[in-house]
Amino acid sequence: MSVDTATVKRVAKLSRIAITDERAESMQSELNTILGFVEQLQEVNVEGVEPMTSVVDMVMRKRRDEINDGNKAEDVTANAPMSEDNFFMVPKVVE
Amino acid sequence: MTGLVDTRTPNPENFFAGDDHDWELVIGLEVHAQVTSNAKLFSGASTEFGNEPNANVSLVDAAMPGMLPVINEACVRQAVKTGLGLNAQINNRSVFDRKNYFYPDLPQGYQISQLYHPIVGEGVVTIQVGPDKQGQFESVEIGIERLHLEQDAGKSMHDQHPTMSFVDLNRSGVALMEIVSKPDIRSIDEAKAYITKLRSILRYLGTCDGNMDQGSMRADVNVSVREPGGEFGTRCEIKNVNSIRFMGQAIEYEARRQIDVLEEGGSIDQETRLFDPTKGETRSMRSKEEAHDYRYFPDPDLLPLEFDDAYVNEIRAELPELPDAKRNRFMAEGLSEYDASILVSDKSIADFFEKVVEGRDAKVSANWVINDLLGALNKAGKNLEESPVSAIQLGGIINLIKDGTISGKIAKDLFEIVWNEGGDPADIVEERGMAQVTDTGAIEAAVDEIIAANPEKVQQAIEKPNMIGWFVGQVMKATGGKANPQAVNELLRKKING
Amino acid sequence: MTDLTKLTIAQLRDGYKAKDFTSLEATQAYVDAIEAHNAAFNAYVTVTPDLALRQAAAADAKITAGNAGNLEGIPVGIKDLYSTRGVHTQACSHILDGFKPRYEATVTQNMFDDGAVMLGKLNMDEFAMGSSNETSYYGAVTNPWKRQGERTDNGTALVPGGSSGGSAAAVAAHLCAGATASDTGGSIRQPAALTGTVGMKPTYGRCSRFGMVAFASSLDQAGPISRDVRDAAIMLGSMASADPRDTTCADLPVPDYEAAIGKSIKGMRIGIPSEYRLDGMPDEIEQLWEEGKAMMRDAGAEIVDISLPHTKYALPAYYIVAPAEASSNLARYDGVKYGLRVDGKNIEEMYENTRAAGFGEEVKRRIMIGTYVLSAGFYDAYYTRAQKVRTLIKRDFEQCFDAGVDCILTPATPSAAFAIGDKEMAADPVKMYLNDVFTVTVNMAGLPGIAVPGGLDNQGLPLGLQLIGRPFEEETLFQAGSVIEAAAGHFLPEKWW
Repeated sequence: MSVDTATVKRVAKLSRIAITDERAESMQSELNTILGFVEQLQEVNVEGVEPMTSVVDMVMRKRRDEINDGNKAEDVTANAPMSEDNFFMVPKVVE
Repeated sequence: MTGLVDTRTPNPENFFAGDDHDWELVIGLEVHAQVTSNAKLFSGASTEFGNEPNANVSLVDAAMPGMLPVINEACVRQAVKTGLGLNAQINNRSVFDRKNYFYPDLPQGYQISQLYHPIVGEGVVTIQVGPDKQGQFESVEIGIERLHLEQDAGKSMHDQHPTMSFVDLNRSGVALMEIVSKPDIRSIDEAKAYITKLRSILRYLGTCDGNMDQGSMRADVNVSVREPGGEFGTRCEIKNVNSIRFMGQAIEYEARRQIDVLEEGGSIDQETRLFDPTKGETRSMRSKEEAHDYRYFPDPDLLPLEFDDAYVNEIRAELPELPDAKRNRFMAEGLSEYDASILVSDKSIADFFEKVVEGRDAKVSANWVINDLLGALNKAGKNLEESPVSAIQLGGIINLIKDGTISGKIAKDLFEIVWNEGGDPADIVEERGMAQVTDTGAIEAAVDEIIAANPEKVQQAIEKPNMIGWFVGQVMKATGGKANPQAVNELLRKKING
Repeated sequence: MTDLTKLTIAQLRDGYKAKDFTSLEATQAYVDAIEAHNAAFNAYVTVTPDLALRQAAAADAKITAGNAGNLEGIPVGIKDLYSTRGVHTQACSHILDGFKPRYEATVTQNMFDDGAVMLGKLNMDEFAMGSSNETSYYGAVTNPWKRQGERTDNGTALVPGGSSGGSAAAVAAHLCAGATASDTGGSIRQPAALTGTVGMKPTYGRCSRFGMVAFASSLDQAGPISRDVRDAAIMLGSMASADPRDTTCADLPVPDYEAAIGKSIKGMRIGIPSEYRLDGMPDEIEQLWEEGKAMMRDAGAEIVDISLPHTKYALPAYYIVAPAEASSNLARYDGVKYGLRVDGKNIEEMYENTRAAGFGEEVKRRIMIGTYVLSAGFYDAYYTRAQKVRTLIKRDFEQCFDAGVDCILTPATPSAAFAIGDKEMAADPVKMYLNDVFTVTVNMAGLPGIAVPGGLDNQGLPLGLQLIGRPFEEETLFQAGSVIEAAAGHFLPEKWW
């Protein structure tokens, strides 16, 4: 499988990465090199094989239903590029 | 969604009239119900509603680099409990997936959800539609497709600043159950009955408070229309409907819209729409819909969620009596289906009734709760939690009727006094001398007096036994309503008919 | 006084105990060395001398009081992907500009609890994506090793490997006593091999990932780069722990790894996988491997040929799984909560501009590959298939271990260090990816692996051997690794700086 520049642009859009037409073209060949490399997986017989969901055999640890975090709005927003009154601020979102 | 199966026989009463033929509605609901828990699904921050901005936010909820989710056991338990309450398949192994999309109230850039292996599989909810003119209810089974656990998103506010939106992550990471019905619903009434029933079940279970006005329960409504009994049509999804009334309006509008489009020779685009309650319309939501590709894959920060049958059975053993079972029991105890249905419709009403009926007659108790109490509450615009009359007080009033201390009529007055002023009903009766007169001497005197004063009515009463009612009324009036009506009746009959 | 920066962690520890010198003195020596020489390597992206000296003074007090921790007073460097409270933490990306976490990673907290002294944050490939440390926003790191005859300032600058290139270079150049690193596809072992240092990637789940900037969650694992095998054992003993904040972290006690050093490997069965003999593999690598076998045999181990048939599919499967996870893990860098924001006329533009400016080319490439392989219609063909192949890779190893193999010996890398700006590598991303061909299988199967210097190539550059062990049997690797070390000796770069 390989990608065309339209696909590269669609993927860039999905990834929220601005891309110029020129870069989309060079990216296309880079992505196709990688896709060509991974193509060899198609030759593996994976019939009846379960896809891996966790690499180590463990039972998932669970937390108790206790409130032991929060009340740190200042810490939460301390690194924000833009915030006010402990809200994050972003360019206006229109629905 | 797996292959759609039509489980229903078309019912002409539900059809929408069209130009050439009738149309049948097909509805499926995806209900998002906030899990009742102290802490969030994957963090130790509080789920409390209405706090200061970003106060209920941990560094995990804010998706700080290197932060990891750890699941809240109670949320798992609540989901299993809900699954059992929906008579559903519980999956001993489920997997959390990431649903990837960008939105400012989604700090991780993905929502942790369960797409491929949900915690709960197929189940069923039985709704009662009606009553019809004969007072009969129709039981309809609505299939449940699945229930899965997922994170809620934060909140963006758009009206605080001319060019900026404000983001508050307090809700980010709160546990939700998404409960997906099969497309088994065929009318607005059924849709309302379904969501009402679902809410009632969740409240009985204590797994969701069902408060739609606080957003702890909201629905995405899938609507399509078709020729009755025909192939399923293309559906539109109306997002985030947050009241049962709005849901009815939204479905109505959307059905008409789709019928209009189809009758004009057009076709329906599968899309997401938004209901605008002020205009009463649905409108196409994001024109960028085609750009959505959620790229679900198993969340590598979490292991599969696994538990054994013993865990499920332990939860099963703790299940409370649910509305259907309670209704059947009430009917077995002598209540009509109508009364029983009203009493079980809301857990708080059922609980109230059960307190009132304890050691008392079911029918009498049901009448008092439904006609008097709920009637008065309805008139006063109050809910049961705000009721000025408690179950103990109402029980006290019924006791006073039962033991003959007061008449049914006086009881109504007593109810009003308790409603307005509070107090112990027995004390009020005592203090205000409301007890009915059982002293036959006093009653007899009143009876004699009335008979003596109305000889011609006596003659009529001999011919028409129904006339005796007039005499009863007169005696009651003369005794200020305190005479025991039964005693008055007996005496009158004896004296008039000899 | 001897140059304290020459001493290993074990030697510093013994010296502190014997009151030969203090942590403050050793720390000052490192602060001075960094000041003098960091510019030659670009190993540190930020230094924290005040913090280090404060920690050293506190450590000295504890040493005097007789309650020294496992790493008491040991000056270490921390890879920039570990969250360190109040200190530069950017995974060497522009997109995390100015980010100073209000929290501490579990691994670094464990080390500080054991008395470690932090000298600063170490350079790395951006978000740990790279095998040469050239993708860092802070520029490439120069390997302290240069080719024979080129060991001057002007001699060809070689890469230290990656992604933990800063860690490896700092350890090799004696700019820290040991360093934390992380390994997703070989990022500890490959740079260790290219710098003549020891790199230990423990079993997935042995160290907590809490507070480590995530690259690929199912593969990322913390570990040390150190001067020798004993130091790696000492460091891992502090870094490893159970952690209720990481669901994928194992609930197992941490053994005394150092106790494994020097233990006989007599009777141990060492597997030699035939599939690691690649076409076109340089003779020197082949020869190194043979020497490694001989070292093990001489120490009494039994050498057995084994087969890991799915080996060649590990790298392609990795280049689906890792970018897929990364594309999702890096979605949080959106200009809203922290780091860089580049404005746009609406929120979508802000996202796109921020991420276009904030991520480097390699990171963008991987995000896009990851996005593509997860997108509608391709998920099963790529991602699901890759995860199935991963199951097969793990099964290969399990079958060998079940058959009685104690650990597996392979070369660590297919070549020695190459030049910064290597044209072939720059032109072909896959060529660069092939650097991890021997290491990536271990990540795919979640196993522990250690790279130990095995010798020098004919240009005088270090080469490493890799040992792969059973899950949570890191001790076996320290035991066998110390045998290689004893036989091969230590390798120090000739000083040109």
